[in-house]
Amino acid sequence: MHNQSPSKRIHNFDEVPLGYTKDQALLEASRCLDCKNPLCVPACPVAVQIPEFIKAIKEEDMEKGYKIIYQDNVLPSICGRVCPQEKQCEGACILGKKHSPIAIGALERYVGDFGLSSQQEITITDNHQKIAIVGSGPAGLSNAYSMRKLGYNVTIYEALHDFGGVLQYGIPEFRLPKAIVKQEIDKLKTLGVHFEKNSVIGKTITIDQLFNEKDNQAIFIGSGAGLPRALNVPGENFSGVYYANEFLTRVNLMKSNDFPHHTTPIKVGNNVAVIGGGNVAMDAARTAKRLGAKNVFILYRRDMTSLPARKEEISHAEEEGIDFRLLLNPVAFKGNNYIVNQVVCETMKLGEKDASGRHRPIGTKTYQTIDIDSAIVSIGQSPNPILSRTTKQLETDQWGRIVTHDYQTSIPGVFAGGDVVSGAATVILAMGAGKDASIYMNQYIQEKRS
Amino acid sequence: MAKIIHKEALNHTTDLIEIEAQEIAKNYQPGQFVIVRANQYAERIPLTVVKTTKKTITLIVQKVGYSTKEIGHLTIGDDVLDVVGPLGNAIEIHDIKHVLAVAGGVGAAPLYPQLYAYHQKGITITLVLGAKSDSYLILEDAFKAICDHIYITTDDGSKGLKGFVTDQIKALLDENTYDHAIAIGPLVMMKHVVALNKKHQLHTDVSLNPIMIDGTGMCGNCRVTIGNETYFACIDGPDFLGDNVDFDELIARQNYYQDEEHICRLKLVNEDE
Ligand SMILES: Cc1cc2nc3c(=O)[nH]c(=O)nc-3n(C[C@H](O)[C@H](O)[C@H](O)COP(=O)(O)OP(=O)(O)OC[C@H]3O[C@@H](n4cnc5c(N)ncnc54)[C@H](O)[C@@H]3O)c2cc1C
Ligand code: FES
Repeated sequence: MHNQSPSKRIHNFDEVPLGYTKDQALLEASRCLDCKNPLCVPACPVAVQIPEFIKAIKEEDMEKGYKIIYQDNVLPSICGRVCPQEKQCEGACILGKKHSPIAIGALERYVGDFGLSSQQEITITDNHQKIAIVGSGPAGLSNAYSMRKLGYNVTIYEALHDFGGVLQYGIPEFRLPKAIVKQEIDKLKTLGVHFEKNSVIGKTITIDQLFNEKDNQAIFIGSGAGLPRALNVPGENFSGVYYANEFLTRVNLMKSNDFPHHTTPIKVGNNVAVIGGGNVAMDAARTAKRLGAKNVFILYRRDMTSLPARKEEISHAEEEGIDFRLLLNPVAFKGNNYIVNQVVCETMKLGEKDASGRHRPIGTKTYQTIDIDSAIVSIGQSPNPILSRTTKQLETDQWGRIVTHDYQTSIPGVFAGGDVVSGAATVILAMGAGKDASIYMNQYIQEKRS
Repeated sequence: MAKIIHKEALNHTTDLIEIEAQEIAKNYQPGQFVIVRANQYAERIPLTVVKTTKKTITLIVQKVGYSTKEIGHLTIGDDVLDVVGPLGNAIEIHDIKHVLAVAGGVGAAPLYPQLYAYHQKGITITLVLGAKSDSYLILEDAFKAICDHIYITTDDGSKGLKGFVTDQIKALLDENTYDHAIAIGPLVMMKHVVALNKKHQLHTDVSLNPIMIDGTGMCGNCRVTIGNETYFACIDGPDFLGDNVDFDELIARQNYYQDEEHICRLKLVNEDE
């Protein structure tokens, strides 16, 4: 797939990969061996029938290809862009053993984008029973789709003023255009799903009120993992030290890259340290670059091969001149009048493998100090505590994740899935959870009524 | 969207607006706030809910920055694009006999619902109400109805004692004892009141108003250091025991976008022309 050139794209927020033309898609699809026992399907968290949809591309029947994907994945144009394919379908593709694997993500994106512009008919028979969904991220959206298809009257409640969860406020425009998120949401609106913005469940409306006053038969919580994890080092609350969520929200949700037309400001300065090695860190670093920072470096406490980010994001970041400074662990921020100007890092070395299968970083007691104008802490997120604090009977574990059994929480009729249950994970897993939960929700409601 | 159904100027920089927000009004408890976005280009800003009726909430807006001025431009019948809440926690009304309350400038607005709650519990209230000058004083009559003693200070002496609230508090603390204090106003004021009260072994609650975006604990913009711990004002506050709040750090965080604010204000000047 062609990309916008690095020298050009660091000055804009337009999407980096340009997507396949039809010819390119046909050519790529023609490489698929259509294996009898495809390895890619079980490697997909929602088991998209990959060889089937690629066959449809070969037959130039994009409509059919779209329908095949849509059975298992209701956000194909999004997942085609953001799934960690190299760890899933493409990582399993037999062609990858000798050559490069089929670019399944790029093909999914191609078919998904085709589907966005086409109108498929879905017949829904209303059953006049209400359900409520908390959060409009991928978990909530896919749950809404599944429940609506079963005939339920579905309302999604979202705390923010725009819908999509991390797809909206977290993942930047240059990786996932917001127009696509909006189109996916509009599709759900067309199916009759109701969307309520500015509704913080637990505050604006409680879980009890959703049942007793709004007459919902069941509730799905897909409130995600929004609470930023802290480094817990001195100086972390100095001005100029951002959590990635704040930094990305200012740009993606509040459009501060368009300041002062949009009036939410942001500033990065010339030298920006991004702490962490996941997708969030890559997004923050590349956003900082686009905001005009001269030097952006990733401070990561392990080595290059341990970076948890998508492979494509890492290589795009390298092409854009992001400087990876490895085996460094920030231990303090220094500042002048409470405004950050340095980060002190301990040099690390790698030790034994830990539970995650990666080598454990060990401090060496040698330190270096780097001059910075701002820092972006991107070391993970935990579930936001608002719902559990205001909903006393809702059981959570020591990390604040909602405890579920077959998606059922400790409160009868309240189900949950996505990052709020798993901890920060992926779009596809959240989407899969929303879909699977619908089976149990439907069962619960029907049993209660019979 | 939420319609403005009533608006009045409390003084030349401060407006009171009442907006339709039935769901927020229903679950509201004193101490809570809303986040407001005036239009699709605007910032999200936190505002304390001062009063509610069954269907409405009342906010007091001091038009100091670009975003608050934008809200000031809206009139009765206009819609506020986004209003979300009630956010934050209800205040804790201490079981005491006599509270010393201190308000600086527009801090009188968030203080009002708190004192109202103290008043309803039958607790004696001494209030020090400070402002730049006479014309900046707000809610004086409303306070008169619920407070037992009111002392006014103005920086220029146009009403009450000429000086800062701390000058008045010093005099009061020399003569009287109080069980607890509340101070709400500019950060510098709260910092000095807390420090002064501490010398008299008087604990002070403060209401913090850092820059916020989501108000749900997601961004971390609103963090404050208290003791050695970090708190998020939006979900852990906005009211805290002020004794160990790192006010200097918070003041720096509050002022971090001053230059950008200036750019926005230039824009406002151009738009007004
Ligand atoms: C910057 C960034 C980049 C990422 N990149 C990738 C990637 O490339 N590939 C990938 O697969 N994954 C990626 N992820 C992870 C992925 O986005 C998440 O795993 C996924 O979005 C989780 O979906 P969710 O529906 O569980 O929650 P979320 O997407 O977090 O959505 C939850 C929604 O619920 C709302 N909410 C929370 N509490 C309440 C409440 N009380 N009432 C009402 N609404 C509430 C929130 O405002 C939010 O909109 C990334 C994450 C981030 C932050
Ligand atoms: S305002 Fe974002 S966490 Fe408090």
